[in-house]
Amino acid sequence: MSKFQKKQAKTKQGVPTSAMPDVVFMLLIFFMVTTVLREVELQVQIDYTEAENIEKIEQKRLVSYVYIGPERLGGGRLGETRVQIDDALIDDMNGIRNIMYDKLMEQPRLIVSLRVDRDSEFGIITDVQQELRHAGTLRINYSTRRQL
Amino acid sequence: MLNKKRGRENADIDGSSLADIAFLLLIFFLVVTTIDVDTGIGLVLPPIPDDIEPPPVRERNLMNILVNAQGMVLINEQPSAIASVREEVRRFVNNNGVDPNLSESPDDAIVSIKTDRRTPYNVYIDMLDEVMGAYEELRHQASMEQFGVPFSSLEQGSERRVQIQEMYPKQISIAEPDEG
Repeated sequence: MSKFQKKQAKTKQGVPTSAMPDVVFMLLIFFMVTTVLREVELQVQIDYTEAENIEKIEQKRLVSYVYIGPERLGGGRLGETRVQIDDALIDDMNGIRNIMYDKLMEQPRLIVSLRVDRDSEFGIITDVQQELRHAGTLRINYSTRRQL
Repeated sequence: MLNKKRGRENADIDGSSLADIAFLLLIFFLVVTTIDVDTGIGLVLPPIPDDIEPPPVRERNLMNILVNAQGMVLINEQPSAIASVREEVRRFVNNNGVDPNLSESPDDAIVSIKTDRRTPYNVYIDMLDEVMGAYEELRHQASMEQFGVPFSSLEQGSERRVQIQEMYPKQISIAEPDEG
């Protein structure tokens, strides 16, 4: 009987955990660096469209966003399609050109990223585009997801 | 008398809770992170026309794509499927003067896009995607022929890339919206 008992390894079992904080810190730093804290509170609902031939915007600081979609009302209800720039909903469409002109003065290579809900109608986008043309911000980008 | 010296305590800080703190922070950032979609279809809007007349464009060098309120795509007034837009644009741009109804050269070819106020946005994007796809294919093809490497592998702003881009300039124009 005792013949079968001899092979019990005497090494300690258990994974050394002393390096765990280092690993965790590395992950932590990775996420801290990649995180972009959401800078605006969205007041419109946006469900992006998908497209295949898309490009990445490399220089994020050039980008200014315009959000277009149905307004979020309380209780998950959705209202009329509205335009949001920064933190405010736009009531007067003609005001867009002034806002955009000011932004263009600060950043001459401004790219306007249009984040539009997929079910919108194009009329409101035409209006925004006309305003952008008046402001002189001609580089735009229609935000889309990559088609899978 | 002055013998009251305290026994020296161990000066190490207990590091065992470090991992816990780091974990908490990690979880916070994991939750907060939104990996932003910053991809999209780039376009340059035409400037507001001054009183100066725009230079005349010959009919054959202009391809009119209209997306109407029903989400139908019309190429030069002919209804066509979204899936065929890519092929049409390719033929039009890469005609090099062969067919008298299509463009004279890729340099002259202009794709003009018109929409209605009630055009569904996703149809418009699908159509634009196809147009971009056509240019992407042409550039890819040119790059393979000239340098033997795919266009996407050419570095941003490099001489070769610019050369290919100039061969097939993306001349996509947004037509003036109708009044009212």
